[in-house]
Parts: sequence; structure tokens; C-alpha cells
Amino acid sequence: MNPAMDPAMISALNSSMAPVATPWFFYVLAGLAVASGLAVITRRNAVHSALALIVTLLSVAGLYLMLYAPFVAGVQIIVYAGGIMVLFLFVIMLVNIERATKDRQFNRIWPVGLAAACALLALFVSVIVKGKALLNDPITGKALWPDPVNKLAESSNTQQVAALLYGEGGRMGQYTFAFEIASLLLLVAILGAVIMTKKKI
Amino acid sequence: MPNFVMSYLGSTVTPGEAGNQFWALMYVLIIFAGVSTAVICMNWLERKALAHFQVRLGPMRVGPHGLLQPIADALKLMLKEDIIPAQADQFVFWVAPLIGLLAAFTVYTVIPFGPSQAVSDMNIGILFMLGVSSLGVLGIVVAGWASNSHYPLIGALRSSAQMVSYEVAMGLAVVSAILMTSLNASGTGTLSMIGIVQAQQQQGIWFIFKFFPLGFIALVIFAIAMVAEVNRAPFDMAEAESELTAGFHTEYSGLRWSLFMLAEYAAMIAVSSIAVTLWLGGWMRPFPNLLHAPAWDFIFSLFPGLTFAGLAAIAFIGTARMPSDSFFKIQRIGLGVFAALLGFIALLLLVIAVAGRSADASVAARFNQGIGYVYWFVLKVAVFMYLFIWYRATWPRYRFDQLMRVGWKVLLPISLGVLILTAAVGVIVR
Repeated sequence: MNPAMDPAMISALNSSMAPVATPWFFYVLAGLAVASGLAVITRRNAVHSALALIVTLLSVAGLYLMLYAPFVAGVQIIVYAGGIMVLFLFVIMLVNIERATKDRQFNRIWPVGLAAACALLALFVSVIVKGKALLNDPITGKALWPDPVNKLAESSNTQQVAALLYGEGGRMGQYTFAFEIASLLLLVAILGAVIMTKKKI
Repeated sequence: MPNFVMSYLGSTVTPGEAGNQFWALMYVLIIFAGVSTAVICMNWLERKALAHFQVRLGPMRVGPHGLLQPIADALKLMLKEDIIPAQADQFVFWVAPLIGLLAAFTVYTVIPFGPSQAVSDMNIGILFMLGVSSLGVLGIVVAGWASNSHYPLIGALRSSAQMVSYEVAMGLAVVSAILMTSLNASGTGTLSMIGIVQAQQQQGIWFIFKFFPLGFIALVIFAIAMVAEVNRAPFDMAEAESELTAGFHTEYSGLRWSLFMLAEYAAMIAVSSIAVTLWLGGWMRPFPNLLHAPAWDFIFSLFPGLTFAGLAAIAFIGTARMPSDSFFKIQRIGLGVFAALLGFIALLLLVIAVAGRSADASVAARFNQGIGYVYWFVLKVAVFMYLFIWYRATWPRYRFDQLMRVGWKVLLPISLGVLILTAAVGVIVR
């Protein structure tokens, strides 16, 4: 922001910088995610399912953007939609779709799945409804649902994430160890994949 | 004039940052029109340059020196019958070119043509560009599958494998450039496209020359990987015509096929813009810290006008050299009018350069600066676009296993080494 601008212009800018039609965007993105998520499990053609999954992932990325977390949104696009889904499609395209669509589906257990999904939904709803009252700890002041405070400025989101991962002092850098462990785990997974697929190294 | 139009004009930030939707839309339209025009020019230039590389004339019939050939081609493609194979997956076949086109054009929202000449400045700019441009391969993959034919499917498989392999080396090269942005007093880097250029401005060096030769090697790796990323020769395995007829778009015809071409050229411009932004100083003119006197500013601000004047001179010479036969009369008049148009643009740019030579904040001066930014950015991108043609004319196509070997066993280790060395040197220097 240019400091030389006069206060009237800054206030005009601030008023116009308010989010545009936020509930509308949320409902569109959430609806898109749910609809394409349903398409993923109802399509018989695996490529159609994969395409629907890409739409789901992209709308979830849009939801991250609405939560002022552009870094997570960018990583979601580059890793899931761009990288993993391309590999998925690579594998799926080699499957004989004609035979796969005629195959009998392994969905005899759908009542169990439905019951499990309903139980999970009930759990979520009960946590949302009752959680605020039940899970507040009056001594430590920690709550499951703390009042939303917009702490991370959107314009420095990446820098904030980096500070949490690698920074020094206070709460900064508190996830360094977890991050390094996760990267080590991935390295082990890569080595395992190489050893399993390649007989002679 | 409504307030939302006028209030932005004095601003020094992008319309996205200023929250001005009107000017954001205007910028989107300008960029869309500009990129489409650039694709048309590139189409003509590629055919002409390739022809001259191969000692041919290239298109000569439609308009003087084939200047109207792209328009004739576009008309032909639009009027052509649109065939969908009977066994193809109708919906996916229909949606595939649109995926590629959407991905190619979406990235232009963050390309910085100048410090305020961009639609928006995102905090995750470069991440957004890499992510969305990697979505473009989905269009190719899905098109090859939906055609329900052997050659397209093989093209699609090759394309996806190639894209995933080269993205790794490309990403590491980009990270080494981003590391360089953090070499300032606060030690905080940036992913924002505008921020990356401003970091080069503050450090007074383009990242291609930073920690020589580390920045240079990173740029070379990126330049190789980006050719593979947009499926251009010598890495055009997805459409290798000697092996796969036309690869993923064998079954496509007419307007759909032209959408694939449009997406390919738009993606070429986009990845070239990434290279220019990260390593070649983006919108900055050459030697801004060595030759920084106002006189030098003025001399460099004459370049846009002089470029157009040169183009006009070439067109005038072409008019004069046209055979005097009456058969060429219309072509001659047309080329003369085209030359006059170029000359008029040159005159306009020179007048702006003279009127806006003072460094104050007057409208003419700001307009002059803006033209300068866009001109230097576009010029640097144009060099890369010419390189794309040059590669295609010079190098034979790689075999697929060679392509994979280069990607994984050469580019990836080198880029990893450059990244580690850049980090080490950065820590020592700080």
C-alpha cells in the first residue's frame, strides 16, 4: 500500500476491499464440492469419476482461499489437482473401461456404509451443536470452538506458514520437528517404492 | 465519469489489490485480446521463420508475404466440419479443449507486466502459476482418452508421464530463484510475482547473474523443462507426427483443434513469462542501476517507438520492392497501409516518450513509464518465443526413453545441486 495516498482514498479502498458476496461464493463452492463428490462415487466410468474428483479438489481449494489461506489453496492445486490426479488418470486410462463398467460392483455392504456415514454425520452435528457448551475449559480458557479471530493477513500467508514451520522464538517454529519427521517418512516411502518395483538395483 | 473508473487512475497498485473490479475486468480483457493477437502473430512468425530455416518461402499467397495467412487459417478452421468420432466419449471429448484453454489463460491473472500492470498480485503468485499451468496437461490427457483411438491414447500417456517428470526439475529450479528473493535485510522471501521482480530491483541484479553461474544454470534447467511442459519440439512426444499421426489431437478437427493450438501458444507465452519474471528482471529495462541518469531513462523510453519505426521501415521497403505488375496492386496498397499504420503507432509512442520524459507523477509520465514496463517485459518474452521456433527448427525429436533419462537423471540431480548450493552460498553471504 502506498503510504502517500490520502486518507479518503484509503478508506474508499478499504470499503471496496471487503470480500465480495462471500456467502454466495461459499455456497457455490461447497455445493460444487458435494455434487462432484457424489459424482465420484456414482459414475461407473472411472475416468468420469476422476474428472469429478478434480472438480471436488479445485472447489476445496477455492474454500481454502475463502478462509484466507492462499498457500494451502496453491499447494492443493499443484499437488492434488495437478500432480496426483494426472497420475491417477495415467493408471485409470490403462484399465479396460468397457469391461470395468460391466463388472459387478462390490457394493453389497452399502447398508453398513450408509449406517457408518449417518453415525459420522450425527457425531459432527452433535459436536457442532453441543460442543460449544461442553468442551469449553474454564480454567485454561481453551475452547474447541474459539471465537474466530482473523490473525493471518492474506498478504503474508506464505510467510506466516514459513515462520510456524522454521521460525525461531515463542510459538514460531513449533512444527519444525513434525515437518522433518513427515519428510523423512516420505523419503522412506520413496525408497520402499523403488525397492519393491525394481528387482535389481 | 463514475467514481469506480476514475478512482483507480492515480493508484500505484494492481486493480486486484486496490479492489477495483472494473479495472480488473478491463485488464483481463486487454490481456486476453493481447495474448490472442500475440498468438496470431506467433503463428505467422513461426511458419515464416521455420520456412526460412529450411530454405523455403513459407506462406506467400494470402496477403503480402502471407501476412493474412493466420486470419485465413482461422476462418477455415471455424468453417470446417466439426467431427466427433462415433465411439468417442462425447462429453469428455467436448470439455477437453476447454480445460487446456482455461488453464492456459487463468495464469495470466498474476503475470506482472509492470509494478501495477497486472490483474492482481497474489501472495502465492508463482505457486498459483505453476499449479494452474500444470492443470493444462489434464486437457491433453483427457482428450487422448476420450478420442477412443490408439494414437491419441499413447500421446496422452506420454504427455502425462513427461509432464510429471519435468515438473520436478522445474519446481526445484524455481525454488532456487525464490530462495534468492530472501537475501534482504529482513531475510523474508516472497512468492508474489511482483515481489520477485521487486526483490531483483532491490538487490540490483537480475537473478540470472546472481551467484554466477548458479542462477544461470537454474534458468537453463527451467528453460529446458518449460519446453517439455508445453509439449514443444524437441520434446513434443505427445504429438510426434512421425510416430503418432498427430498424437492427442488426431481425432480433433475444426474449431476444437484450433482451441488446442490457442491453448498451446498461450501456455508457451505464460511459461516464458515465468522465466522472464524469475530470472530476467521482469519489467525492468537493461542496466537500471548502471545507467540511471534521467538522460538514459529518456533514451530507453524511445525504444518502443523506435521498434515500431523499424517494423514500419521494413514494411515500407517491402512495399517498394513489390513487383510493379498490376497483379500485385492490391497487395501493394495493403502493405503500404500496414506500414503507415505501424509508422503511426511509432509516432504516437515517440510523442508519448517525449511528452512524458519528466519523472513527475503527471499522466503522460506515468503512461510513458507503463509503456516502458510492458515493452521490456514483452520484448524479453518475445526472445523466448523466438527460441521456441529456433529449437523446433534445429533439434530432432527425442526418443521417449531418452526424454525420461534426461528428465530424471540429468536435470533433476543438477537442479537439486543448484538448489543446495544456492542455499549454502546464501547462508554464507548473509
